[in-house]
Amino acid sequence: MTKKSRGFVAVDVLLLCLALLPLVCGMVLKVLTTPSSADIDISGSLIYFTIPMPLQELPITESQVNSALVSLTILFLCLYLTHGIAAKPTTKRQLLAEWIVEKTDNLIRDNMDPYFKSFSPFIAAIMGLSAFSSLLTLIGLTAPTADLNVVGGWALLVFFLITYYKFKCGPLHYLKSFCDPVILTPLNVISEVATPISMAFRHYGNVLSGAVISVLIGAGLQGLSGTLLGWLPGVLGDIPLLQIGLPAVLSLYFDIFSGLLQAFIFAMLTMLYISGGFPADDYAARKRKKAERKQRAAAADAGK
Amino acid sequence: MLELAIGIILGGCALGAGAAMIAGIGPGIGEGNAVAKACEAIGRQPESKGAVTSTMLMGCAVAETTGLYALVIAILLIFVAPGRFVNILLNALK
Repeated sequence: MTKKSRGFVAVDVLLLCLALLPLVCGMVLKVLTTPSSADIDISGSLIYFTIPMPLQELPITESQVNSALVSLTILFLCLYLTHGIAAKPTTKRQLLAEWIVEKTDNLIRDNMDPYFKSFSPFIAAIMGLSAFSSLLTLIGLTAPTADLNVVGGWALLVFFLITYYKFKCGPLHYLKSFCDPVILTPLNVISEVATPISMAFRHYGNVLSGAVISVLIGAGLQGLSGTLLGWLPGVLGDIPLLQIGLPAVLSLYFDIFSGLLQAFIFAMLTMLYISGGFPADDYAARKRKKAERKQRAAAADAGK
Repeated sequence: MLELAIGIILGGCALGAGAAMIAGIGPGIGEGNAVAKACEAIGRQPESKGAVTSTMLMGCAVAETTGLYALVIAILLIFVAPGRFVNILLNALK
Protein backbone atom coordinates (compact mmCIF):
# COMPACT_ATOMS: atom_id res chain seq x y z
CA MET A 1 0.00 0.00 0.00
CA THR A 2 1.37 3.36 -0.98
CA LYS A 3 1.65 6.26 1.40
CA LYS A 4 -1.35 8.53 1.21
CA SER A 5 -0.92 12.20 0.51
CA ARG A 6 -1.86 14.72 3.15
CA GLY A 7 -4.80 16.07 1.13
CA PHE A 8 -6.29 12.57 0.79
CA VAL A 9 -6.20 12.02 4.55
CA ALA A 10 -7.67 15.46 5.18
CA VAL A 11 -10.65 14.71 2.89
CA ASP A 12 -11.09 11.37 4.67
CA VAL A 13 -11.22 13.01 8.07
CA LEU A 14 -13.59 15.69 6.76
CA LEU A 15 -15.98 13.08 5.36
CA LEU A 16 -15.96 11.06 8.58
CA CYS A 17 -16.61 14.22 10.61
CA LEU A 18 -19.47 15.13 8.28
CA ALA A 19 -20.89 11.62 8.70
CA LEU A 20 -20.78 11.88 12.49
CA LEU A 21 -21.97 15.49 12.66
CA PRO A 22 -25.68 14.79 11.92
CA LEU A 23 -25.82 12.20 14.72
CA VAL A 24 -24.22 14.62 17.18
CA CYS A 25 -26.64 17.33 16.03
CA GLY A 26 -29.56 14.98 16.64
CA MET A 27 -28.33 14.15 20.14
CA VAL A 28 -27.80 17.82 21.03
CA LEU A 29 -31.24 18.71 19.70
CA LYS A 30 -32.80 15.88 21.70
CA VAL A 31 -31.02 16.84 24.92
CA LEU A 32 -31.96 20.50 24.55
CA THR A 33 -35.64 19.92 23.79
CA THR A 34 -36.59 16.92 25.94
CA PRO A 35 -38.60 18.06 28.97
CA SER A 36 -37.11 16.54 32.10
CA SER A 37 -39.38 14.13 33.91
CA ALA A 38 -38.81 11.33 36.38
CA ASP A 39 -41.72 9.31 35.03
CA ILE A 40 -41.33 6.73 32.30
CA ASP A 41 -41.99 8.19 28.89
CA ILE A 42 -43.65 6.31 26.03
CA SER A 43 -45.12 9.28 24.24
CA GLY A 44 -43.68 8.79 20.75
CA SER A 45 -41.58 11.35 18.95
CA LEU A 46 -41.39 14.97 20.09
CA ILE A 47 -42.77 17.81 18.01
CA TYR A 48 -39.94 20.30 17.55
CA PHE A 49 -41.98 23.09 15.96
CA THR A 50 -44.96 23.59 13.71
CA ILE A 51 -45.14 25.44 10.40
CA PRO A 52 -48.43 27.23 9.71
CA MET A 53 -49.97 25.98 6.49
CA PRO A 54 -53.20 27.00 4.71
CA LEU A 55 -55.13 23.86 5.59
CA GLN A 56 -53.52 22.62 8.78
CA GLU A 57 -50.40 23.25 10.80
CA LEU A 58 -47.45 21.14 9.66
CA PRO A 59 -45.62 19.67 12.65
CA ILE A 60 -41.91 18.96 12.27
CA THR A 61 -41.31 15.97 14.52
CA GLU A 62 -38.24 14.30 15.88
CA SER A 63 -38.63 11.33 13.58
CA GLN A 64 -38.68 13.51 10.46
CA VAL A 65 -35.55 15.38 11.56
CA ASN A 66 -33.83 12.14 12.55
CA SER A 67 -34.55 10.43 9.26
CA ALA A 68 -33.12 13.41 7.37
CA LEU A 69 -30.02 13.27 9.59
CA VAL A 70 -29.66 9.53 8.95
CA SER A 71 -29.83 10.15 5.20
CA LEU A 72 -27.01 12.68 5.52
CA THR A 73 -24.93 10.24 7.56
CA ILE A 74 -25.40 7.48 4.99
CA LEU A 75 -24.55 9.88 2.15
CA PHE A 76 -21.23 10.89 3.73
CA LEU A 77 -20.43 7.30 4.71
CA CYS A 78 -20.91 6.28 1.07
CA LEU A 79 -18.69 9.15 -0.07
CA TYR A 80 -16.08 8.01 2.45
CA LEU A 81 -16.27 4.39 1.28
CA THR A 82 -15.85 5.32 -2.36
CA HIS A 83 -13.17 7.97 -1.83
CA GLY A 84 -9.98 7.15 -3.71
CA ILE A 85 -11.58 4.30 -5.59
CA ALA A 86 -9.39 2.61 -8.22
CA ALA A 87 -9.58 -0.21 -10.73
CA LYS A 88 -7.15 -2.20 -8.60
CA PRO A 89 -8.25 -1.93 -4.95
CA THR A 90 -5.68 -0.12 -2.84
CA THR A 91 -7.74 0.56 0.27
CA LYS A 92 -9.64 -1.71 2.63
CA ARG A 93 -12.75 0.43 2.40
CA GLN A 94 -12.96 -0.16 -1.33
CA LEU A 95 -13.14 -3.89 -0.62
CA LEU A 96 -15.99 -3.20 1.81
CA ALA A 97 -17.83 -1.07 -0.74
CA GLU A 98 -17.37 -3.73 -3.41
CA TRP A 99 -18.62 -6.38 -1.00
CA ILE A 100 -21.80 -4.38 -0.34
CA VAL A 101 -22.47 -3.84 -4.04
CA GLU A 102 -21.78 -7.48 -4.85
CA LYS A 103 -24.07 -8.78 -2.09
CA THR A 104 -26.94 -6.52 -3.18
CA ASP A 105 -26.51 -7.55 -6.80
CA ASN A 106 -26.60 -11.21 -5.78
CA LEU A 107 -29.76 -10.61 -3.75
CA ILE A 108 -31.43 -8.94 -6.73
CA ARG A 109 -30.37 -11.73 -9.06
CA ASP A 110 -31.71 -14.41 -6.73
CA ASN A 111 -35.06 -12.82 -5.95
CA MET A 112 -36.10 -10.66 -8.89
CA ASP A 113 -36.85 -10.99 -12.55
CA PRO A 114 -33.86 -10.34 -14.88
CA TYR A 115 -35.77 -7.25 -16.05
CA PHE A 116 -34.94 -5.55 -12.72
CA LYS A 117 -31.17 -5.80 -13.02
CA SER A 118 -30.69 -2.11 -12.29
CA PHE A 119 -32.70 -2.15 -9.08
CA SER A 120 -29.86 -2.72 -6.63
CA PRO A 121 -29.21 0.96 -5.72
CA PHE A 122 -32.83 1.39 -4.68
CA ILE A 123 -32.89 -1.80 -2.63
CA ALA A 124 -29.54 -1.00 -1.00
CA ALA A 125 -30.79 2.49 -0.16
CA ILE A 126 -33.96 1.16 1.47
CA MET A 127 -32.00 -1.43 3.42
CA GLY A 128 -29.35 1.02 4.59
CA LEU A 129 -31.84 3.71 5.54
CA SER A 130 -34.00 1.28 7.48
CA ALA A 131 -31.07 -0.38 9.25
CA PHE A 132 -29.38 2.88 10.26
CA SER A 133 -32.71 4.37 11.36
CA SER A 134 -33.41 1.43 13.65
CA LEU A 135 -29.87 1.52 15.01
CA LEU A 136 -30.36 5.15 16.09
CA THR A 137 -31.84 3.85 19.35
CA LEU A 138 -28.32 2.77 20.32
CA ILE A 139 -27.28 6.40 20.78
CA GLY A 140 -30.45 7.33 22.60
CA LEU A 141 -32.42 8.96 19.78
CA THR A 142 -35.94 7.97 18.81
CA ALA A 143 -35.80 5.64 15.83
CA PRO A 144 -37.64 7.17 12.85
CA THR A 145 -38.85 3.68 12.01
CA ALA A 146 -40.81 3.63 15.30
CA ASP A 147 -43.07 6.27 13.73
CA LEU A 148 -45.83 4.99 11.47
CA ASN A 149 -45.64 8.07 9.24
CA VAL A 150 -42.05 7.47 8.17
CA VAL A 151 -42.46 3.77 7.43
CA GLY A 152 -45.85 4.43 5.87
CA GLY A 153 -44.17 6.80 3.44
CA TRP A 154 -41.70 4.12 2.40
CA ALA A 155 -44.48 1.56 2.01
CA LEU A 156 -46.44 4.01 -0.15
CA LEU A 157 -43.38 4.49 -2.35
CA VAL A 158 -43.11 0.73 -2.77
CA PHE A 159 -46.82 0.55 -3.56
CA PHE A 160 -46.43 3.14 -6.34
CA LEU A 161 -43.54 1.13 -7.76
CA ILE A 162 -45.56 -2.08 -7.70
CA THR A 163 -48.45 -0.38 -9.48
CA TYR A 164 -46.13 1.24 -12.02
CA TYR A 165 -44.63 -2.09 -13.02
CA LYS A 166 -48.08 -3.71 -13.13
CA PHE A 167 -49.11 -0.96 -15.58
CA LYS A 168 -46.26 -1.86 -17.94
CA CYS A 169 -48.59 -4.00 -20.04
CA GLY A 170 -51.25 -1.31 -20.34
CA PRO A 171 -54.24 -0.42 -18.14
CA LEU A 172 -56.44 -3.19 -19.51
CA HIS A 173 -53.98 -5.87 -18.49
CA TYR A 174 -53.73 -4.21 -15.06
CA LEU A 175 -57.48 -4.36 -14.54
CA LYS A 176 -57.60 -7.93 -15.82
CA SER A 177 -55.05 -9.03 -13.24
CA PHE A 178 -57.61 -8.35 -10.51
CA CYS A 179 -60.25 -10.59 -12.07
CA ASP A 180 -58.17 -13.73 -12.20
CA PRO A 181 -61.04 -15.77 -10.85
CA VAL A 182 -63.89 -13.29 -11.35
CA ILE A 183 -65.54 -14.21 -8.04
CA LEU A 184 -62.49 -13.17 -6.05
CA THR A 185 -62.26 -9.63 -7.47
CA PRO A 186 -63.13 -7.82 -4.21
CA LEU A 187 -60.64 -9.93 -2.29
CA ASN A 188 -57.93 -9.18 -4.86
CA VAL A 189 -58.57 -5.45 -4.55
CA ILE A 190 -58.42 -5.66 -0.76
CA SER A 191 -55.20 -7.66 -0.81
CA GLU A 192 -53.69 -5.10 -3.19
CA VAL A 193 -54.47 -2.30 -0.74
CA ALA A 194 -53.37 -4.40 2.22
CA THR A 195 -49.83 -4.78 0.86
CA PRO A 196 -48.49 -1.33 1.83
CA ILE A 197 -50.49 -1.31 5.08
CA SER A 198 -49.09 -4.63 6.24
CA MET A 199 -45.55 -3.65 5.20
CA ALA A 200 -45.76 -0.41 7.18
CA PHE A 201 -47.36 -1.99 10.24
CA ARG A 202 -44.88 -4.87 10.28
CA HIS A 203 -41.82 -2.64 10.38
CA TYR A 204 -43.35 -0.04 12.67
CA GLY A 205 -44.81 -2.59 15.09
CA ASN A 206 -41.58 -4.53 15.46
CA VAL A 207 -39.42 -1.49 16.17
CA LEU A 208 -41.98 0.22 18.40
CA SER A 209 -42.70 -2.92 20.45
CA GLY A 210 -38.97 -3.31 21.07
CA ALA A 211 -38.72 0.29 22.25
CA VAL A 212 -41.78 0.00 24.51
CA ILE A 213 -40.59 -3.26 26.07
CA SER A 214 -37.12 -1.79 26.69
CA VAL A 215 -38.62 1.24 28.48
CA LEU A 216 -40.99 -0.94 30.54
CA ILE A 217 -38.21 -3.31 31.62
CA GLY A 218 -35.96 -0.38 32.54
CA ALA A 219 -38.70 1.20 34.65
CA GLY A 220 -39.62 -2.13 36.23
CA LEU A 221 -36.02 -2.88 37.21
CA GLN A 222 -35.70 0.62 38.67
CA GLY A 223 -38.75 0.07 40.86
CA LEU A 224 -37.57 -3.40 41.85
CA SER A 225 -34.13 -2.26 42.91
CA GLY A 226 -35.75 0.61 44.83
CA THR A 227 -37.73 -1.86 46.94
CA LEU A 228 -35.09 -4.59 47.21
CA LEU A 229 -31.90 -2.55 47.61
CA GLY A 230 -33.34 0.67 49.09
CA TRP A 231 -31.89 -0.20 52.53
CA LEU A 232 -28.30 0.27 51.31
CA PRO A 233 -26.69 3.29 52.99
CA GLY A 234 -26.33 6.69 51.35
CA VAL A 235 -26.13 7.19 47.61
CA LEU A 236 -25.82 3.46 47.03
CA GLY A 237 -29.51 3.02 47.83
CA ASP A 238 -30.54 5.58 45.21
CA ILE A 239 -28.66 3.95 42.32
CA PRO A 240 -30.84 1.40 40.49
CA LEU A 241 -28.26 -1.39 40.68
CA LEU A 242 -30.51 -4.03 39.11
CA GLN A 243 -30.60 -1.95 35.91
CA ILE A 244 -27.00 -2.98 35.19
CA GLY A 245 -26.68 -5.82 32.72
CA LEU A 246 -30.10 -7.12 31.75
CA PRO A 247 -31.27 -4.13 29.61
CA ALA A 248 -28.02 -4.30 27.65
CA VAL A 249 -28.56 -7.97 26.83
CA LEU A 250 -32.15 -7.32 25.78
CA SER A 251 -31.04 -4.36 23.71
CA LEU A 252 -28.86 -6.76 21.69
CA TYR A 253 -32.05 -8.43 20.51
CA PHE A 254 -34.52 -5.55 20.38
CA ASP A 255 -32.26 -2.82 18.99
CA ILE A 256 -29.67 -4.60 16.88
CA PHE A 257 -31.03 -7.97 15.76
CA SER A 258 -34.66 -6.91 15.35
CA GLY A 259 -33.78 -3.66 13.60
CA LEU A 260 -31.43 -5.28 11.09
CA LEU A 261 -33.83 -8.17 10.49
CA GLN A 262 -36.68 -5.77 9.77
CA ALA A 263 -34.49 -3.83 7.33
CA PHE A 264 -33.68 -7.07 5.51
CA ILE A 265 -37.31 -8.17 5.49
CA PHE A 266 -38.58 -4.80 4.24
CA ALA A 267 -36.11 -4.87 1.36
CA MET A 268 -36.88 -8.52 0.64
CA LEU A 269 -40.63 -7.95 0.55
CA THR A 270 -40.11 -4.90 -1.68
CA MET A 271 -38.20 -7.06 -4.14
CA LEU A 272 -40.69 -9.91 -4.04
CA TYR A 273 -43.77 -7.72 -4.43
CA ILE A 274 -42.34 -5.62 -7.26
CA SER A 275 -41.03 -8.65 -9.09
CA GLY A 276 -44.14 -10.70 -8.38
CA GLY A 277 -46.54 -8.04 -9.64
CA PHE A 278 -44.64 -7.53 -12.90
CA PRO A 279 -46.15 -9.66 -15.71
CA ALA A 280 -42.78 -10.65 -17.19
CA ASP A 281 -43.98 -13.14 -19.82
CA ASP A 282 -46.80 -10.94 -21.08
CA TYR A 283 -44.47 -7.94 -21.24
CA ALA A 284 -41.93 -9.90 -23.29
CA ALA A 285 -44.67 -11.12 -25.65
CA ARG A 286 -46.04 -7.60 -26.04
CA LYS A 287 -42.60 -6.23 -26.78
CA ARG A 288 -41.96 -8.93 -29.36
CA LYS A 289 -45.32 -8.23 -31.03
CA LYS A 290 -44.56 -4.51 -31.17
CA ALA A 291 -41.17 -5.16 -32.73
CA GLU A 292 -42.75 -7.46 -35.32
CA ARG A 293 -45.36 -4.85 -36.19
CA LYS A 294 -42.65 -2.24 -36.60
CA GLN A 295 -40.67 -4.56 -38.81
CA ARG A 296 -43.70 -5.27 -40.96
CA ALA A 297 -44.45 -1.56 -41.26
CA ALA A 298 -40.85 -0.91 -42.24
CA ALA A 299 -41.03 -3.71 -44.84
CA ALA A 300 -44.25 -2.27 -46.24
CA ASP A 301 -42.60 1.16 -46.41
CA ALA A 302 -39.64 -0.32 -48.23
CA GLY A 303 -41.95 -2.19 -50.61
CA LYS A 304 -43.61 1.07 -51.62
CA MET B 1 -70.93 10.06 38.40
CA LEU B 2 -68.50 11.51 35.85
CA GLU B 3 -65.60 9.87 37.67
CA LEU B 4 -67.32 6.52 37.41
CA ALA B 5 -67.92 6.97 33.69
CA ILE B 6 -64.29 7.93 33.06
CA GLY B 7 -63.16 5.02 35.20
CA ILE B 8 -65.26 2.63 33.13
CA ILE B 9 -63.76 4.08 29.94
CA LEU B 10 -60.19 3.63 31.20
CA GLY B 11 -60.87 0.15 32.51
CA GLY B 12 -62.56 -0.88 29.28
CA CYS B 13 -59.63 0.37 27.23
CA ALA B 14 -57.15 -1.54 29.39
CA LEU B 15 -59.21 -4.73 29.23
CA GLY B 16 -59.58 -4.36 25.48
CA ALA B 17 -55.84 -3.93 25.05
CA GLY B 18 -55.20 -7.04 27.09
CA ALA B 19 -57.79 -9.03 25.17
CA ALA B 20 -56.37 -7.86 21.84
CA MET B 21 -52.99 -9.28 22.71
CA ILE B 22 -54.48 -12.78 22.94
CA ALA B 23 -53.78 -12.73 19.21
CA GLY B 24 -50.14 -13.25 20.15
CA ILE B 25 -50.89 -16.96 20.51
CA GLY B 26 -51.35 -17.48 16.78
CA PRO B 27 -48.03 -16.13 15.51
CA GLY B 28 -46.29 -17.86 18.42
CA ILE B 29 -47.56 -21.29 17.37
CA GLY B 30 -47.03 -20.57 13.70
CA GLU B 31 -43.49 -19.32 14.05
CA GLY B 32 -42.65 -22.20 16.36
CA ASN B 33 -43.82 -24.62 13.69
CA ALA B 34 -41.83 -22.81 11.03
CA VAL B 35 -38.62 -22.86 13.06
CA ALA B 36 -39.10 -26.52 13.98
CA LYS B 37 -39.47 -27.47 10.32
CA ALA B 38 -36.46 -25.33 9.42
CA CYS B 39 -34.38 -27.13 12.05
CA GLU B 40 -35.48 -30.48 10.62
CA ALA B 41 -34.58 -29.35 7.11
CA ILE B 42 -31.14 -28.16 8.22
CA GLY B 43 -30.61 -31.43 10.06
CA ARG B 44 -31.43 -33.35 6.90
CA GLN B 45 -29.45 -31.12 4.54
CA PRO B 46 -26.84 -29.12 6.46
CA GLU B 47 -25.43 -27.66 3.22
CA SER B 48 -28.64 -25.70 2.55
CA LYS B 49 -28.48 -23.90 5.88
CA GLY B 50 -28.21 -20.38 4.45
CA ALA B 51 -31.16 -20.63 2.09
CA VAL B 52 -33.36 -22.34 4.69
CA THR B 53 -32.53 -19.74 7.33
CA SER B 54 -33.31 -16.74 5.16
CA THR B 55 -36.53 -18.28 3.89
CA MET B 56 -37.54 -19.11 7.46
CA LEU B 57 -36.90 -15.54 8.62
CA MET B 58 -39.03 -14.23 5.75
CA GLY B 59 -41.85 -16.60 6.61
CA CYS B 60 -41.64 -15.74 10.29
CA ALA B 61 -41.87 -12.04 9.49
CA VAL B 62 -44.94 -12.54 7.36
CA ALA B 63 -46.58 -14.80 9.95
CA GLU B 64 -45.89 -12.20 12.60
CA THR B 65 -48.10 -9.64 10.86
CA THR B 66 -51.34 -10.68 12.55
CA GLY B 67 -49.70 -10.41 15.95
CA LEU B 68 -48.44 -6.96 15.05
CA TYR B 69 -51.93 -5.86 14.02
CA ALA B 70 -53.07 -6.85 17.51
CA LEU B 71 -50.13 -4.95 18.99
CA VAL B 72 -51.06 -1.81 17.06
CA ILE B 73 -54.67 -2.11 18.25
CA ALA B 74 -53.48 -2.56 21.83
CA ILE B 75 -51.16 0.44 21.63
CA LEU B 76 -53.96 2.58 20.17
CA LEU B 77 -56.30 1.42 22.96
CA ILE B 78 -53.79 2.34 25.66
CA PHE B 79 -52.35 5.62 24.36
CA VAL B 80 -54.94 7.10 21.99
CA ALA B 81 -58.41 5.74 22.72
CA PRO B 82 -58.92 6.86 26.37
CA GLY B 83 -58.40 10.55 25.64
CA ARG B 84 -60.62 10.42 22.60
CA PHE B 85 -63.44 8.54 24.36
CA VAL B 86 -63.33 10.87 27.37
CA ASN B 87 -63.53 13.83 24.99
CA ILE B 88 -66.57 12.29 23.28
CA LEU B 89 -68.19 11.77 26.70
CA LEU B 90 -67.50 15.34 27.80
CA ASN B 91 -68.84 16.71 24.51
CA ALA B 92 -72.01 14.63 24.90
CA LEU B 93 -72.54 15.92 28.44
CA LYS B 94 -72.15 19.55 27.37
